[in-house]
Amino acid sequence: MDQPSTPLVEMRNISISFGGIHAVDDASIDLHAGEVVALLGHNGAGKSTLIKILSGAYKRDAGEIFVRGEEAIINNPRDAKKYGIETIYQTLALADNVDAAANLFLGREIRTKWGTLDDVAMESETRKVMGRLNPRFQRFKEPVIKLSGGQRQSVAIARAIHFNAQILIMDEPTAALGPQETAQVGELVKQLKADGIGIFLISHDIHDVFDLSDRVCVMKNGQVVGTARTQDVTKDEVLGMIILGKCPPGATPGPGAMRAFA
Amino acid sequence: MSDATAQTPVDRARASHLGPVARFLKDTELDTRMLGMVGALLIIWALFHVLSGGLFLTPRNLWNLSVQSSSVAVMATGMVLVIVTRNIDLSVGSILGFTGMIMGVTQAELLPQYLGFGSPSIWILAAIAGLIVGVAIGALHGYVIAYLGVPAFIVTLGGLLVWRGAAWWVTSGRTVAPMDATFRLMGGGPDGAIGSTWSWIIGIIACAAIIWLLMNARTQRKRFRFPLRPLWAEAFLGTVTCGVILACVWVANSYPWPVGIVRRYYQALGQEVPEGAYIAHGIAIPVLIALAVGIVMTFVTTRTRFGRYVFAIGGNPEAAALAGINTRWVTMKIFMLMGGLASVGALISTARLNAATNAQGTLDELLVIAAAVIGGTSLSGGVGTIAGAMLGAVLMQSLATGMILLGVDTPLQNIVVGLALVIAVWLDTVYRRRIG
Repeated sequence: MDQPSTPLVEMRNISISFGGIHAVDDASIDLHAGEVVALLGHNGAGKSTLIKILSGAYKRDAGEIFVRGEEAIINNPRDAKKYGIETIYQTLALADNVDAAANLFLGREIRTKWGTLDDVAMESETRKVMGRLNPRFQRFKEPVIKLSGGQRQSVAIARAIHFNAQILIMDEPTAALGPQETAQVGELVKQLKADGIGIFLISHDIHDVFDLSDRVCVMKNGQVVGTARTQDVTKDEVLGMIILGKCPPGATPGPGAMRAFA
Repeated sequence: MSDATAQTPVDRARASHLGPVARFLKDTELDTRMLGMVGALLIIWALFHVLSGGLFLTPRNLWNLSVQSSSVAVMATGMVLVIVTRNIDLSVGSILGFTGMIMGVTQAELLPQYLGFGSPSIWILAAIAGLIVGVAIGALHGYVIAYLGVPAFIVTLGGLLVWRGAAWWVTSGRTVAPMDATFRLMGGGPDGAIGSTWSWIIGIIACAAIIWLLMNARTQRKRFRFPLRPLWAEAFLGTVTCGVILACVWVANSYPWPVGIVRRYYQALGQEVPEGAYIAHGIAIPVLIALAVGIVMTFVTTRTRFGRYVFAIGGNPEAAALAGINTRWVTMKIFMLMGGLASVGALISTARLNAATNAQGTLDELLVIAAAVIGGTSLSGGVGTIAGAMLGAVLMQSLATGMILLGVDTPLQNIVVGLALVIAVWLDTVYRRRIG
């Protein structure tokens, strides 16, 4: 299990509660450069919450985050982006009423020397990045609400990878997509991985992510059941972790593993 | 990798099977919604013109209409931003009353004690005092809404009562008059207009600016090799816009000073009144203020990060926050802007009335909201334009003026305006469902 390099990201003993409910309880997880880690669990297992702490959307109650071995201060989404952490949310988090370029650069607009928005420059960049992701995309002037699910997804992905992301979080990346688009996202994950980007894939469906990931980490009731290299476990064993919290021999048990089997 | 230039033929191919009207709209990139509003306005004008026996479309009436619309038009530009972010401001009428009172007291009672009556700096100090108070009130509202989490409806409903009461309190209900002579110019009237020469100069500058903007946009798009509008469409837009601007100047210049004022003017110069003396009003100063506010606000909404964030928050507040936008601070700034614009509205209406009264601006909040909504601002957030809201203000004022010309009773006037508001929004809903 020991990996020689310093992890790209390490979240240690993270806890957060909402009104007395421990949404995430003492969870630890790490990610290396060029690695894909799947974060699995039922709806409400705490995986999205854990990852939203990393992306700055929630503030943790306890625990530490290290980026490349150094403690990172992440209090809001802007802080996270400074560390090269980009997120593609399950809801895509697009401003529906503005166009693709405005969404791509939301919060990071290109400005002219007078401080005004440089719309043509942003549209030009958007045309380039969208040309790579989705060459048939033409609707640059329309609000994104008019786009199809796949097109909206590519806008969200473009936004995440355009700013030299080091760490990419994909929350249910294929939930709203058809088979062909799902395959495209798979290709993209492989390509980004080859570029040395670390990727967290969050899913409640093991089939979506098992073949793409190097490691799996399973959560249940806010706690980590266990972490395993994908090659050391079978899909059935991972399902056992998700459903029962039963940690198989090939995995390193976490605080959430069932005691009797641990 | 696809080349951006390869897209032009695709667009053309798509355009080829459109009808002539659709192709015209596509090539000129005109906003059909805005065209519809202009059409509605023209129909209303024509209708009033016929019904009143030719009284409506006269230079005099149109000039007065422009002056009367200014105050609401100024405030409507701010209301667009408020409504776009899914908020509401019910307090603008009361803020207008209170800041008007502040400006009145400052120039009529406070400053003359120190600077002497009629000192040239009085009007500007009074205006600045009103503006500061307006922005401060907006900041207070914005803080409570954005940082303390009280709904805007409640905060500004409270503000409606608080600031109306405060306006009363300042002078214990007494009306403050008269205003400073220079200050009064901002309310219009024969002196408060810039005359025909300056009106033409401004009209020509505006035309030059329009042409420059069109050419600049074209150069920019060429630089990045984006699809361009056909040349005839650019020429058409330029010609029509410049034509409208010059027509407006011509109308303002066709409204002469009344005979009595002309006589007094020449008497003051110590001259005989020449035969056939004709002095034109030209564009009124309050109208210029409103147009300047409209241009600045359009710039702010379309060309600055602040404007972009306002619309992003309106479209999806959560997404805006996740993108790293400080949504609370943006919300607070919007209300500060609204407070400032309410005080500009106060400036115009106080100057026009030549007095500050505690009832000033009563029910203006409803006119302002109606103007913004008729002008295409969606109450569900994310959609709205400054130009539309200003056009909405003119439309509301046209209805009011027209009915006064026709001698319609006041209760019936309110009924018509109320119905017009509901019908306008209904038509807009239908339009959006079909096209949007």
